[in-house]
Amino acid sequence: MSGSTHDTAHPQQDHVHGAAAKPRPTIEELKARKARTRQRVVGDHETITVSMGPQHPSMHGVYQAVVDLDGEIVVRTRPGIGNLHRGVEKLAEHRTYHQFIPVTDRLDYLSSFAMNHGYCEAVETLMGVEVPARARYIRTIAHELCRLSNHILWLGVHIMDFGAQTFFLICFRDREYILDLFEMLCGARLTHSYCRIGGVSKDLPDEWAHRCLQVADFLPKRLAEYERLIKANRIFLKRAVGIGIFTADDCHAWRITGPTLRSAGVARDLRKDEPYAAYDEVDFEVAVEYNADVYDRFLVRMKEMRESCSIIRQCLENTPDGPYLADDAAHVLPLKKYVLRDAAAMVQDFVHVFKGPQVPKGEVYRAIEVPKGEMGVYIVSDGGPKPQRLHVATPSFYHGQAVPPLFEGEMIADVVGIFGSIDVVLGDTDR
Amino acid sequence: MSDSAVQFFFLLIKAILWVAVGVGMVPFIIYFERKFAGFFQSRVGPTYAGPWGSLQSFGDMAKLLSKEDLTPDTADKPVFRLAPYILFVPGFLVMALVPFGALGKDIFGYQVDLVIADFDAGVIMFLALGSIAVYGIVFAGWASNNHWSLLGGLRQGAQMISYELSMGLALVGVILVSNSLNFSEIVRGQSGNFWHWYFIPQIVSFAIFFVASIAELNRAPFDLAEAEQELVAGHLTEYSGMRWGLFQFGEYVNMVVMSAVIATLFFGGYKAPFTFLEFVPGFMWLLAKVLFFIFMYMWIRWTLPRYRYNQLMDIGWKIFLPLAIANLAVTAIIVSVV
Repeated sequence: MSGSTHDTAHPQQDHVHGAAAKPRPTIEELKARKARTRQRVVGDHETITVSMGPQHPSMHGVYQAVVDLDGEIVVRTRPGIGNLHRGVEKLAEHRTYHQFIPVTDRLDYLSSFAMNHGYCEAVETLMGVEVPARARYIRTIAHELCRLSNHILWLGVHIMDFGAQTFFLICFRDREYILDLFEMLCGARLTHSYCRIGGVSKDLPDEWAHRCLQVADFLPKRLAEYERLIKANRIFLKRAVGIGIFTADDCHAWRITGPTLRSAGVARDLRKDEPYAAYDEVDFEVAVEYNADVYDRFLVRMKEMRESCSIIRQCLENTPDGPYLADDAAHVLPLKKYVLRDAAAMVQDFVHVFKGPQVPKGEVYRAIEVPKGEMGVYIVSDGGPKPQRLHVATPSFYHGQAVPPLFEGEMIADVVGIFGSIDVVLGDTDR
Repeated sequence: MSDSAVQFFFLLIKAILWVAVGVGMVPFIIYFERKFAGFFQSRVGPTYAGPWGSLQSFGDMAKLLSKEDLTPDTADKPVFRLAPYILFVPGFLVMALVPFGALGKDIFGYQVDLVIADFDAGVIMFLALGSIAVYGIVFAGWASNNHWSLLGGLRQGAQMISYELSMGLALVGVILVSNSLNFSEIVRGQSGNFWHWYFIPQIVSFAIFFVASIAELNRAPFDLAEAEQELVAGHLTEYSGMRWGLFQFGEYVNMVVMSAVIATLFFGGYKAPFTFLEFVPGFMWLLAKVLFFIFMYMWIRWTLPRYRYNQLMDIGWKIFLPLAIANLAVTAIIVSVV
């Protein structure tokens, strides 16, 4: 299925309550208005230069946007990244494939399981490891939980970007349920390191499926409540509708993926287009909106969260029994409980810890849909136990560079809100 | 003792008491704000300092006093230091205009006016002092020599000009109805049960005045001057220690004063809602009304997102100003006919 068919002729949808009588301006009109604004301000005007970030209290992470202002309007933006650079890709060259998994947690620390998952999928493709069905289902559940926690946090922060302080903490309260589930699952709340090459590190604990189902049933009610709260808020609507326009063409030009691309009318979702884990065995819809503005990005994420809950429910019902880690001595780190009893497993463990897995020569690029967009991992292997070169094409990096066309012509008040709407995490950007 | 000496003595007592009440309320209002914010946000708020955290504000004050008072090298130093005082001194002056009891009350055989300044142009004075207070923020923004501060100061200046117009026009409606510019007279015009209060005939005025007062107090959703998400801290960016504390203090004093003014102009001031409740002293009613409006300000602040700058201007000029003028015209016609 080609994901890049976008339908610009699609009717403009009107989601704005209470504004039904007034049709929303089309994307072209909004872009023309933005261009006019820029035309008006660029000239002999004296501008002042301010630095939004890295020490601005509301900028997301340590991102820097040096902004030239003409009055309240942003005339020019120069993005600056690199303040959180930790050399993750270089670290990969000095670790075996197993040892790199905890490092991937620190890429996008708000959806660390997705990062583990993307990396493991790439390595498994390189090694040709067959992941057991149960592990695929568990991964799908964990990935969707991760998407939920990421989007809920995003929602709180996004509303706070427009000045409402309370919503942030309400969202944190609900994110807590998901973090509790992760804690039961793997012991960690933020940096999960739950994925392993060939499966996952632990089976689902007793009662976990029940608890998870409760959360998946409970969250959609909460989401409906949020949506009521936000969609009925005239101030938020006034602020979010029609700003930060980024059309499908812009998205393709700047390699923007994920909810931002889907808000521009492109039904591109790797979970559907190039299925991995158990996504081809569950039934879900790709959330698409057509107005390409900040408000539609909010709508896309709300829909995605509902779909995530439905995916989790389906997976929990259909999780097959069986092993949760592949039986593949050459590539998979054996479980600790076998290592202490079984001689073969002990040898396998010894080899993997002291030498590393046996990897064929070659290179691989594998991309999956993480909460923020498409995350691709490119690995070059020279046949050794460590990658010769590893590159992570993280969504935030591309999203963070697309800031000048997004900001310019908008008002300073919306800068943080627009930046938040494309969902950038700096750990993911700088690596 | 001569009569004028007694009156002076009472004036002194009234002034001291009134300022003490105003100042003494502020730490507790800050505490309530934090507690309310906690309740709104499903957390508990301050709990450590004193019983239920009630001494939190005093702890904060001690902390602020012990902090270094920084003045940036490039700042316009005298103006920078003066700015916080310009913000909060007018607040106290407005307090002098607000009656907290009837005129000529009999206390120990003396006729005492339960208002500090029974001033015939009270409403005009209130508007004038409000205009002066904004200079505190504008000066702070300018003198800090910082881009964020400058933007904050300019925003507040523009906001004030836009909203003061509608605020003043909204007040003219009340003035027409009460036929006086004197706060005591206005309260006396609202004698009787609560349906004699001016918020019923002047409901539009009240709505405009209340919203404009939020803008004047620089609180969410109109806190554009110090919008954290946009301007770091706006005019407060370069302030530290107790000088920053003075700004906060001034804002809360202004909040108390503004609530008192709203209560006086629209909600019968020190009058009881029902005449049979008049055995409760007038200042208790005033206090209750003040606390109610302070709660309203807090409720709004912790609920709503912030307006964008151009939207704020739109509301001020395109909605409130025409509405205030229409209200004024209707009121004028009704008052002249009836």
